[in-house]
Parts: sequence; C-alpha cells; structure tokens
Amino acid sequence: MVAAAEPLIRVENLVKHFGTTGGGTGRGRSRHGRAGRHPGAIRAVDGVSFELYRGETLGVVGESGCGKSTLAKLLMLAERPTAGRAYLEGRDMLKMSGAELRRLRRRVQMVMQDPYTSLNPRMTVGDIVGEPYEIHPDAAPRGDRRRLVQQLLEYVGLNPEHINRYPHQFSGGQRQRVGIARALALRPEVIICDEPVSALDVSIQAQVINLLERLQAEFGLSYIFIAHDLSVVRHISDRVAVMYLGKFVEVGTEAQIYARPTHPYTQALLSAVPVPDPDARAWRDIIRLEGDVPSPADPPSGCRFRTRCWRPRERCATEEPPLAMRAADPHPSACHFAELRHGASRW
Amino acid sequence: MTGLYSPPPKTGSGSAQAAMTGPYSPPPQTGSGSAQAAMTAMVAAPLLDVRDLALQFHTRDGVATVLNGVSYHLDPAEVLAVLGESGSGKSVTAHAIMGILDTPPARITGGEILYQGQDLLRMPESARRRFRGREIGMIFQDALSALNPVFSVGFQIAEAVRLGEGTSRADARKRAVELMDLVRIPGARQRVGEYPHQFSGGMRQRIMIAMALAQRPKVLIADEPTTALDVTVQAQIMDLLAELRRDLGMAMILITHDLGVVADVADRIVVMYAGRIVEQADVYQLYRTPGHPYTRGLLASVPRLNGKGAPLATIPGLPPSLTKIPTGCPFHPRCPYARDVCRSTVPPRVPLGIGRYSACHFAREVADGRRG
Repeated sequence: MVAAAEPLIRVENLVKHFGTTGGGTGRGRSRHGRAGRHPGAIRAVDGVSFELYRGETLGVVGESGCGKSTLAKLLMLAERPTAGRAYLEGRDMLKMSGAELRRLRRRVQMVMQDPYTSLNPRMTVGDIVGEPYEIHPDAAPRGDRRRLVQQLLEYVGLNPEHINRYPHQFSGGQRQRVGIARALALRPEVIICDEPVSALDVSIQAQVINLLERLQAEFGLSYIFIAHDLSVVRHISDRVAVMYLGKFVEVGTEAQIYARPTHPYTQALLSAVPVPDPDARAWRDIIRLEGDVPSPADPPSGCRFRTRCWRPRERCATEEPPLAMRAADPHPSACHFAELRHGASRW
Repeated sequence: MTGLYSPPPKTGSGSAQAAMTGPYSPPPQTGSGSAQAAMTAMVAAPLLDVRDLALQFHTRDGVATVLNGVSYHLDPAEVLAVLGESGSGKSVTAHAIMGILDTPPARITGGEILYQGQDLLRMPESARRRFRGREIGMIFQDALSALNPVFSVGFQIAEAVRLGEGTSRADARKRAVELMDLVRIPGARQRVGEYPHQFSGGMRQRIMIAMALAQRPKVLIADEPTTALDVTVQAQIMDLLAELRRDLGMAMILITHDLGVVADVADRIVVMYAGRIVEQADVYQLYRTPGHPYTRGLLASVPRLNGKGAPLATIPGLPPSLTKIPTGCPFHPRCPYARDVCRSTVPPRVPLGIGRYSACHFAREVADGRRG
C-alpha cells in the first residue's frame, strides 16, 4: 500500500435512504418483500466513512442487501446521498458542477458485475470502449481514438483486430475485459469494481483478477473492490471493510481482517466460507448464524447485528457500538465486546 | 399445474427413445466400458448408473455435442459431487436423469441411465413418471423462479405430496406443514399459507427442498443449491442437506462449480469438461493429488482465504465451443502437458487406483505432481 499523506478519496458519514413511497429505486423493497409492514425509508447506506489512498485497493465485503452496491453508486455520483460528504483530493465531490464535475467523472470510473447486460449489444466493441471519448471529446483527438481503443484492447488482453466485433461474439470473461477497457479509456485514477468477477467461472475469474492487478501496477490505479466472495477480496485488497445493514462493522488491513478479526460478524462470515480442502473438515469450526438479515427499513435498535449475533449481551440492544479502535487488536471494529476468536487464525 | 415439483417434462423419454432407434454410434471412448465395469463391480450394485450417455443440442450454429460418453454411478447413501464450469454438461446430465430435458433442442444419441437396473431412457413416460419425485428428487439453483408466485408455498408442497397416490387434500396439507418443519422453516404452521415472495432466498431454497422430499426419494439431485445464496445462508442450507441426507438415508448428487462446497460435503467427485468426465476420484485423493491437468488447474486458480499469495495460477484460454470441440483430448489447447498424441487421440481412462481414473494420456505424471 502506498499511503500518501493525503487520501485520494475521503468519505464522511455517507447516508442514502430510499423512500418507500415514490422516489428512490424501490430496490430495497422487493428483496424481503416486507417493506409494506415497516413504514419508513430503506436505509441502504447509513453512515459510512473511509479513506482511499493512491495505488491501494480497498475491498468492501458484505452479503446481499448490505448496501455495498448503493455505496458504489454514491461514489459514482449516480445517486445523490441523503447526507454526508465525499472529497476527491480535498475537494467536495458533491458540490462540483460543470467543467469540474466533468473532470471528476474522468478520474473515477466503474466496472460492473454482469458482462452480459452492461454492454450494449448493438454497439461494436470499438464503439463501446471508445464511447467515453464521445462524452469527453477533449480526452483524445478524434483522429487518435481508433488507435487508442486498439491499444486499450491490447492492454486487457483482447485481440485489437476484434474492434469491430459485437459483445455476443465474446465469452463472459472477454466481455468483462471489454468493460475494463472501457473503464480505462479516460485514464482514471480510481476504478470502482462492483462484483467484477462473480459472474465468471473459476478459471476465468483468476484471469480477470490477475489482469486487474497487473493494470493497477502499471497505471498506479486505486480500486474500490466490492464483492461478496471473501477469498477473492483477500487476494486483491490491501485494506478491507466489512459491511452489514448499511454500515461498516470492521475495517482493517487484509491481514487484520482475515487473521485477527474482532467483530463477531466478520468472524462468522469467515468461518462460513467453504474451504477448498477436504482435510479442513477435521478442524473447521463454523459459527452458525441464525435467521436472515433484518430489513434495512427497520434495523434493530442498538447494534444492528445483535439479532443474529452469536454472543450478544444486554448492552447491545440499547447502545449502538461505534466503529472505533478496540483493545483486542489495533483496528476499528463496531462491537462493544470486540475480541479475537481463539484459534481463528487457522482459516 | 406447472412449475410445481420441477420443470415439467416437455416430451420426455418418448422422443429420446425415438432418437435412439436411429443409427447409434458408440462414443469414441476407448476402453471406457471395461474400466467402468471393473470399478462398479467392486461395490454392490449402484443405485443409479449413467452409462456412456451422449447428447446433442441442435442449434442455429450447428450440432453441439453436449455430452460425449458420460458415465458415472451413485451408490446408496453416498454424496457424489459433479464438478464443472458452465457448459461442461453437469446440469444437462442431471436433467437427462430426471427426464426433464427440452427435446428439441436436446437429443439423446446414446447410452443408458440405469436406476436399480432399469433403464430410464427405454421406459414409456407413464412408467418414468413413477421415478420422478418418488425415487429421484431434484432441487435447483434459483428457487424463486422454480416456485410458482401465485400459489401459497403450502399449496405447492401439498401438491408435490399429492403426486404420490392416495393422499387426501387435508392430509397433504398436514404433511406440507410437517415438511416445512423438517426443513426448519420457523413458524411453519403460520407461514404455510404465505407466498414465495414473502420468504427470503434461504427460506425459498428450504421450500424447494421440502417439495423434493415430499415423496421420500432415495436420490436427491441438488443442482447448484447454494450458488445464489450468501455465505452465511449457504452454510445453513448445506448443514440442512447434510442432516437430512443422514437422517433419511438418501444418496445425493451435488452439482456445483464451487471447489469449497465440494471439499466440504462430497464423498466422491467426478470432474466434467466439455461434455466428458475427465477425472473420477475420492474427495481426499482429488484435492491432494489431482490426476487431470484441468482439475489441477482449477485447484490452483482458486483464491485462498488463508493468504494473499502471488498472482493466481490461471488456465489459459477458454473452454471450447461445443459445436467445435477440439480433436483428441478436448482440453489440449489449454493444457500445459499437451503433446502430439493429445491432439490426435482421445485419451483413455487411465486407472489411478480403485475407483479412480483420469482421462489423460499423462495421468500418472500429473498425479505424481510432475510439471507439464
């Protein structure tokens, strides 16, 4: 991790609530189908703060509905936050407009999950990868664009001669490469990757992960890498944030989160990941969480995780634990009773 | 009622049979029969025995060879994992066993599927129906689309019960509640009248399991049962399946691409690639000393939870298009061990111990851990 003095992106207390009647995308409603019983907003992102440094990868892990994709949309300015601040090199991203906003959008790009639906089937790969130049004409002179697009295709391991082909002529892994080439076109500094490999087969997934790492080294990119697969996130991340019901519950270096987690949710998540080694049956000690994630329209009082927690106490119901340094290990954890799990380093 | 127990059979074995009256050429799998026979002779009669199954899809781009001589067996009470990536044929094989293939485009061109010695493929649909659900049950990846949104879950489970003979509506309803209890849906009695959308993903998968168990099958086929679920819910469902299997003495075929899930629950594994079985082994052997370069490549390319590590090993290239499967060994264009013989000759099943083989010309080198 190259920890420069000033973070590239700093986010303070970001909040996004979706109204349950009108407004918002309504997405939070259908998932549990219970929104009707819980009047009130869907609190998709409910107070998230972090810093992203130049050249580093911040992994964000969490289960479906925890708000990680909404967080990505907020950072892309595709959704307007309900509250909070976001700074790029100290400048408030949310107050930008006009030329400054356009420059911002060039610096922060995105790779999406589904390579089958995120590419327009009627456009050639050349048009898809070159489209950012249509939107930001000053990024590249018209005469250079075809050459640049071919160069981009080469960077991501595609044949530059395939510039006139259509998305359906490519496999899933190759389409994801097209999406990555498009994200690179404007030479961004930050790429937000929302589940970029979860739709891919194992052997192809490894190729795309390696590509992302190579590009990061080559261009000094910073990644925000959002995924539900904890093994993939560990592999690619310098720091990791664990998200539950709209909040970060634990943040630390990759080693802190995976070898010395102190939050019971992180511990349970890690213990539940199937280990690709049958010998692990002898020593695995899975923490079994009961039930499902509560509705984000009506999160539990106090600690949001307490209804599924495997070691809750009275205080958890009344007092919300802040994401703060804990005695158990020097990294932030949002648990009153943060502690290392005995023998946990075995995974 | 459609979409109730499992996708309804479109035409089923009728057309499959018709297809097989045509010229049947055995798949070019040298020595396959004898190796398999020797292996299955070691154990008591298998419950289910898929032999040399060959299947094509007729598509606009030509004939896709989806299965090319697939053979595997399932013993009573064991968990067999069928491991493979998209397009390897792992689900299609299961659909052929259940008799729920869409025909067309699918066409079975050879082989047999023996259930306790009876060939399911040569049975009229009326006879086959008695096996579906009662002998072999199946659950699917996407529980939401497999359930009917306009009927209550209790109604749908009861209907699965009533497919068996002589159960009254009232008894079926009672049994639905019992089944919901069995799969540990909290408050079954209160929730029996609710609709699929009122349940979470994990609970919907439990409902699917309840339906599959309604007639107490001896075999449960689970096709990617936890792929759509979060990791904590996945653990709950895998626990439930393991428990039910033990308590009810079922055998299970677990179809998955997830090397972690397989390592956790399987007794035995078959690995599929481009419509063939490339390796069969006991779970411990397969992870310790993979005998096929593809298996080896897969194991090396999985990111591990216990370390950050160097760049991931990758398998170069892409799986072949099933309309243009390479000559010889279908894996040769991506294989570090490939030599001339791999391009020209389909590899035989090289035995690597009891019940274990690898369809690779250099199987012993691979299993010994020598580099390609």
